[in-house]
Order: sequence, then structure tokens, then C-alpha cells
Amino acid sequence: MKKIVKYVITDILRNKIVLVYTLFLLVSSFSVFSLEDNSSKGLLSLLNIILIVVPLVSIIFSSIYVYNSAEFIELLVSQPLKRKTIWLSLFTGLSTSLSIAFFIGAGIPVLIYQANMIGFTMILIGLLLSIIFVAIAMLATVKTRDKAKGIGAAIMLWLYFSLLFDGLVLFLLFQFADYPMEKPMIAISAFNPIDLSRILILLQLDVSAMMGYTGAVFKDFFGTYAGIIFSFAILVLWIVLPVWYAARKFNTKDL
Amino acid sequence: MIIASNVTKQFGKLKALDNVSTTCNKGECIALIGPNGSGKTTLIKSILGMVVPDSGFITFKDKNILHHWQYRDEIGYMPQIGRYPDNMTIGQVLEMMKDIRNKKAILDEDLINSFSLQNLLNKRMRTLSGGTTQKVSAALAFLFNPSVLILDEPTAGLDPVASEILKEKIIAEKEKGKLVLITSHILSELDDLVTRIIYMQEGKLIFHKSIEALREDTGEEKLSKAIARVMTK
Repeated sequence: MKKIVKYVITDILRNKIVLVYTLFLLVSSFSVFSLEDNSSKGLLSLLNIILIVVPLVSIIFSSIYVYNSAEFIELLVSQPLKRKTIWLSLFTGLSTSLSIAFFIGAGIPVLIYQANMIGFTMILIGLLLSIIFVAIAMLATVKTRDKAKGIGAAIMLWLYFSLLFDGLVLFLLFQFADYPMEKPMIAISAFNPIDLSRILILLQLDVSAMMGYTGAVFKDFFGTYAGIIFSFAILVLWIVLPVWYAARKFNTKDL
Repeated sequence: MIIASNVTKQFGKLKALDNVSTTCNKGECIALIGPNGSGKTTLIKSILGMVVPDSGFITFKDKNILHHWQYRDEIGYMPQIGRYPDNMTIGQVLEMMKDIRNKKAILDEDLINSFSLQNLLNKRMRTLSGGTTQKVSAALAFLFNPSVLILDEPTAGLDPVASEILKEKIIAEKEKGKLVLITSHILSELDDLVTRIIYMQEGKLIFHKSIEALREDTGEEKLSKAIARVMTK
């Protein structure tokens, strides 16, 4: 397994896209921090960039990469290797290289300007989001054979998690405005890793006061250790479930 | 060595393999022949475990291949269209395969030498012509001295000199008692190569017999004419 991971990572690092992604993150985080006089304000702006860009790049780059290495996968499958090993190596290679890109691009600036609890949480969440969206992309690619369809599905998934989900939640809130929706909202937020990440960071930034009663309920739940552990467990589940399911599908896939 | 029993595979509405049963033994050189889309490649891919049959099973040395992957250690496979990671050089691909196979056995670098691939080791896979890629695929298939060779259209895209080299190599390996499975549409070059014929049509295995039996049945000396007679019958 280690060998294949090594080959996948060297192949990805030769690809200029990851380099451009790293540079983009680096430039935007440094400029955000130097534009704002208050570095926690900078962190807030960076959060918005990260929550849009990291999932987008992770999901699209991974799905295109998996489709482009279809022949490479075919070559490996005809070798004395377990299919599960091949699939997990591909996943490990992709998530490691995208995590490294994120860490260099956004992690280091955050460590320079905001080396505290909030900064660490932010880096951790960025890394988790990178891996989650690699996992989701690999699930989309294993389900669809057609390249255009698969990449389209990846883009739709990103759109769903970044925009449509919020719209749905707003719709729900309006429809059930007469009922106490604060507690169910916590459960609903678990269905979207991006939302969950945003809530986790915002609550640490003490801007939750601006979120009204819902913010207070969130603070009550996500502010506690149990809440934080719960949210990280959910984020990890967002990695484990797609990877497990995709590996199972890949085991009986025709190449 | 390889036994397929009632293997059936369906892609949507198309039955790619329809109840195929056959046995392949050591020392044989078997040609898989049939019109386009008759299921030859699907059968090969099922043997390699790249396609999972809907029903039926395949055994390799009396072991069901479904949950065993180690058996592929003994197979050298040359795909119809070999494609490799674009950014890697020939040398890196060769090194990677050696690394993955992790074999201490003596490597068979005959084809690398006779195709003079050593001069091209620094070329990236993406810049290679179709023929050179085929040469790399062939060299890889023979590199680890496997006891079974599966060659899917091995001479397609190769120049006459290279295909002659490959043919000689196949004959030499057959003499060593290895099992060779070949698909090809160029029947004239199979004449002096194969010992047995598997003929497939629309996913069904029509017959599996030795080349002598086929010659007797059809009364034709040349394989191409014999097959033509079978196809028009």
C-alpha cells in the first residue's frame, strides 16, 4: 500500500494544479491577514474563503484525477494487488497531497498570525474538509462510469453542500417558524460538513451573539466539550462512511 | 490451469458472456477468435478479475479467483490499449512495476533489450507513440517470467520488425511450457503460433478445439480460411 501511495503522491505533486492551489491559498491568506488590522477579523474572512474554495478544489480535483487515472487503476487491478489496497491508496494519496497543500497554503499563515485555539481549530477543520470532499468525490466517481456525468455530479454535490443546503434549511425554518426549531437545527447541521465547520469556528470567534436565540442554543451545545467532540466525530464519520461505501462498490466494479 | 465454469456476464441488455465454460492447460497456446464485440476481452478481463461475472466461477490452479488476488502474480497481461500515468517516464513505469511485484526472481528483460527500450527510459509516457506504448506493455507482460501470458491484440500497432520479435518471444515462452492466451484479428500471424482455438460469437463459446481438429473439420490448411469457413457456415 505504501508504494502505491508514494506513486500517487509523486504523480499529483508533478501536476501543477496542486501547486497553483497552494499558491492561491497562500496569497489569499496573507493578503486577508495584512488587509485587516485585527487578525481575528482576518480569520473570519479567511474562513469564508476556505469554506468555499477548499471543498470545491478537493471535490473537483479528486474526481478529475480519479477519472484520468482510470487506465492506471486498470493496470494496477491486473497486478497481484488487492482492490481495497488500490482504492485506499488512491484515497490516501489524494487526501495527503491536498492536506499538505492546505497546510502550506492556509495553515502556515494562520499559525503566523493566529497561533491560538481558534487558529488550530481552523487548520484542523480545513484539513478535515479537504479529506471529506476527497471521500465524497471518490464516492461520486465509483458510482458513475461516465466522466462528464461524474464530474457533473461532483459539482452538483459541492453546490448542494455550499449553497442549496442553506436554502433548504432557511425554507424549513420559515415553514416551521411557529415551532421551536433550535434543537432540531443542531441535528440538521450534522448533515452538512461545511455548515458544521462554519458553526464550530463561528462559536469560537464569539460572534455567535449576533445569531440570536439559535446562536445561544448552538453555543450551549457546540460550546461544550461534548458538543465539540460530537461535531468532530460527525466530521470523521463524513470521511469514513463514503470511503467505506466507495471501497465496497469498487471491489465488485467492472473495469 | 484455468477453468471457467458457466461464466455469464451482462452489461445492461448486452450479454457479453453467455454461459461460457472452458479449460486451459499448461503448455498450450490458445487463440481467442471471434467478431468484434463477441466477448473475447470480457473473458480475458474476467480471468484477470477486472470484470466480476454475474454467475459462474473461474478457478486458477484449483482456487476460485473471486477472493484470491495473489494468483495474478503468475499472470503477465498485455492490454489492448495500454495506458500509463502520463507524467511518468518509461524507466519509472518499469521501476514501479518491479516495485509493486516485489519479485526477487530473475527478471526477463529480453523484450526491453530487443525493443531497445533502454534508450527511451527518460521519455514520458504521454509523448510516446501508440506502437512504443505497446512495446512497453509487451515488455511488462513478459518481465516477471509469469507462468501464464494473456495478450490482448498484442501486435496491433506494432511495426513488422517489432511484431516479429514479439512472435518469436511468444513461441519461445510457449516452448518453456507456459500457457499463452492470445486474441487477435490478424489470423495469418497466428498460424505458426497457436495450438488451440477458442471461437466465440455473441458471448457464446462456439467451439474449443485443437488447430489440427479444426483443419480436419474444415479441410482448410490456413487458419484464416478455416475460420472464414466457420463464420460463413
